[in-house]
Parts: sequence; structure tokens; C-alpha cells
Amino acid sequence: MLDTAFFRRWMTATAAAVDREADRLTELDAAIGDADHGSNMRRGFGAVADVLEKEEPAAPGAVLTLAGRQLISTVGGASGPLYGTLLRHTGKRLGDEREVTLPQLAEALAAGVAAVAQLGGAQAGDKTMLDALLPAVEVLGSSFGEAKDAALAGALATVPLRARKGRASYLGERSIGHQDPGAASAALLVGALAEAGEPSGGGAA
Amino acid sequence: MLINVPETVVADGLRGMAAAHPELVVDPENRLVVRRDAPVPGKVGLVSGGGSGHEPLHAGFVGPGMLSAACPGEIFTSPVPDQMVRAAAAVDSGAGVLFVVKNYTGDVLNFDMAAELAEDEGVQVARVLIDDDVAVADSTFTAGRRGTGATLFVEKIAGALAEEGAPLEQVESVARRVNDSSRSFGVALSSVTTPAKGTPTFDLPSGELELGIGIHGEPGRERRPMMTSGEIADFAVHAVLEDLRPSGPVLVLVNGMGATPLLELYGFNAEVQRVLSERGVSVARTLVGNYVTSLDMAGCSVTLCQVDEEMLRLWDAPVQTPALRWGR
Repeated sequence: MLDTAFFRRWMTATAAAVDREADRLTELDAAIGDADHGSNMRRGFGAVADVLEKEEPAAPGAVLTLAGRQLISTVGGASGPLYGTLLRHTGKRLGDEREVTLPQLAEALAAGVAAVAQLGGAQAGDKTMLDALLPAVEVLGSSFGEAKDAALAGALATVPLRARKGRASYLGERSIGHQDPGAASAALLVGALAEAGEPSGGGAA
Repeated sequence: MLINVPETVVADGLRGMAAAHPELVVDPENRLVVRRDAPVPGKVGLVSGGGSGHEPLHAGFVGPGMLSAACPGEIFTSPVPDQMVRAAAAVDSGAGVLFVVKNYTGDVLNFDMAAELAEDEGVQVARVLIDDDVAVADSTFTAGRRGTGATLFVEKIAGALAEEGAPLEQVESVARRVNDSSRSFGVALSSVTTPAKGTPTFDLPSGELELGIGIHGEPGRERRPMMTSGEIADFAVHAVLEDLRPSGPVLVLVNGMGATPLLELYGFNAEVQRVLSERGVSVARTLVGNYVTSLDMAGCSVTLCQVDEEMLRLWDAPVQTPALRWGR
């Protein structure tokens, strides 16, 4: 079972991963966007880690809705509303349960991803965060490890794609040959599940 | 770079703006710039905003005859909904608020979220999207055309109509008409360096230029060996006219990207006017300067707006803002 402490660890592990990889995300964004994805995500998830320390949400769903609201209020750009919507909708779907199962989380995250697709009007293959998230939620019911691998593979698979959404779409053909920064950060979020799930990772919260 | 640390660039700029412009209420913490006399009774509020790094857009256009409030985001990053909700509450007299939103995915999402929240609080909100950049093909394969120089025309003309006390539907309608009558094209002679990254966003060797750039250091659509001012004017004006095909007089904005000297911009304007005259386009008014910039990028953009009599009258109406002031 996954308890509230697990979800807090997931968010702090994501904050740590985004902090660690911020420069790489910004570099990816410089190639086909506007060179700020790393600093925006670092600011947002830093604020999430702060607010989770101050307020102590009592259920897994509440952790994610609080994190989502915080992202919307601190990130700006497209990433703020999109990541905020992902976590808020996932959290709402989890409801007030004190503990959730892996299949429940997989189902809730799938609902969050669907909300992102609706908000951004994107679909698979548009070279967006969805290209990491969609394959990840498909296998999340099996294990965190498989979801992480699927997200990473999905992010890498955006390299040959031509962007049809977001700022990279302005480049047309010239967006080909670069990894989508949103897919790269989404892979960090999914990868952080595995970190939070490891028994030795318990101290992170 | 003339900064302290990258993290405080926007707040530092706002503190300095507060010191220079006591006629505005500048709130560096909540990232808000508001007319001191807001809300003006019976007047529609005009709220705009967007990423910082385009100064004087938008905060420099706050004041009588133009914007009621501006919401600056992080550099090249749209503001968050909380800012626009606060701005709407600060400027709404009960006559409603028009959000002027440049067409970028982030701006659209954050302003939409803000509109919903403001309406929950009882503020009537209308929205106009600015999408004038012809360098982006408007198709299902892109996020749609970017909002650039036309933003200034929309904020000035809709702001003048709001100042006259027109209702929200009319202010919204003229704003949409100005956007629909405007097209832009931009050229970069150098890349842009954001404080967060500290090095140029893209690599543009001297001796080359980038055609069709956006205002966030997005690379353009095509790179060519350096052209003369006259050749650039031919290219840019043709790109705009091919799309706009004006049947009447136009407003001209020859806009600097931030690092191109005014002398060169005026020289470029002479070439723009030559091309327009060759193409039989009559010019009603011309504005030359750095208005919709991209940090330290060298380069320029041309925006044309076909105007009718009402639009021209509103363009000429008095305006008192940090960056644009005339009349009265």
C-alpha cells in the first residue's frame, strides 16, 4: 500500500531530481524553446517541497492537489498549468483514502494525464510531456521500475518527432532532432516514484 | 549583464520602476503594476501581462489611455493566474475587464485559469488573443501565430476606447478588430541571453541573420548571410503584405529588439517606408523605437495595422504611460 508519507517522498524526490537536472532541462529548452524550463520547474517543485513541509496534508490525494495548486501559483508558462492540472486531477481521483494501491495510483494518474491532454489539446506524438506520460501510465500498474523505463524511452522517442504543440512548434522541421524538455521533466516525475518507493528512500520526507 | 543575481531580476526591475513612476502602484512581491487611480468609476479595465524581458511591454504601457494593470511573469514565462486575478479585482469598477493575451500556450492557459477564477469572484471578463506574427504558419501543426508588435496597437487603441467609457463588448470588439488588421515579421541579428542561462539561447554567428524570429529567443525559420537594411525591409514588409493585403492606410511600428541602436532603427524605417510606397500602401502614422523587445537581442520587427477612421482617432487619443505618452 502507498500511504501519505510515500506521496510526500514522491514530491520531494521529484524536487530533488528537477533541481539536479535543471541545467539539462534548460539546455534542452534552449534548443527548441526559450531556455527556462529547468529554472521554472526548479522554482515550482522547490515551492511544492516547502509547502508540504509547512502544511501537512493528511491523505495521498491531498498531497497531490496541494502540490498541483502550488505549481499553478508559482511556475507560470505552460508548465505551471499543465503539471498543476496533472497533479490536481490525479489527487482528486485518489479521493480521501488514507492508503492507495498501485493499480489505484495508476488509474488516478491516467486520469490526470487525460486532463493534461484535454487542457493542452495535445495527443501522443505531438512532442510533448504526454509522450513520456502516456507510455508510463500504461505499465504503472505493474511496477515503478517499468513505468520509469517507459517514461524515459518515451522522452527519448521525442527526438525524431516534429513538434506540433507549444513553443517548439514554431520551428517546424527544425524541431526535429531534439528531445522535448517537457517529456524529459515528465520522465523525472515518473522516475521519482521508484525513488520514493524504495524502502531506503524513506528518510526523504 | 547589469544584474545582481538571476533570481531577482524581475523584482529588482519592478522596485526600480516603482521609484521612477510614483503615478503607478508597483507591487514587486505580487508582480503587479496598476494605475494609481484604479478602479476608474464606470470604466472597463484593461489587463495584460506576459513574460518579462519584453520591456517596456507591458508594465510600461500602464496609465491613462492604455492599460489599467500589467502582470509581469518571470523572464519569458507567462505570469501565474493569481496575478491576473489580483489585477482584475484591483481595476474592475463593475464595468468588466478585458484580458489582452499574447498567443503563447502558457499565456493562454494561465489567463484562462485566471478568467475563470475572477468570474467566480464576480468580475466580468472578456479576452482577446493577439496573434500577428506571420513567420509562424497558422495551422493545426503549430500552437498558432505568436503575439508580438500588434499587442502595442491593441493596448493603445482599446485602452483609448475604454478611457472614453465604452462598454466591455465594444472595447473587446475594437481590440479584436485591431488584432485582425495587424501582421508582424521579426528579424534577429544576434541571439538573446537570458539571465538564468547566462549564455546565448541559440548560436548565431556574426555575418548571419535569422529571419522570422519570435520575441523569446526562439530561433527563426530561416538563416541567411547578412543582408542590408534595405534588403531586410524588402523581405519583412513583403512577408507582412503577402498576408495582410491592406486596402487602406496603415499604422507602422518599426520595433527594436533591444540591442539595435535607434539610429539604425530609423534608417530601417526609411527602407520600410520606401517598400510601402513602392507597393502603393499609404501610411497613416509611424512609431519607431524599442517597444516589444527580447532582452539583449539585436534586430527588429515590422508591424502593420490597417486602420479605419475610428481606430486612427483612438490611436491619436491622449496617452500617459511610462513608455508611450502624447496628447493633452
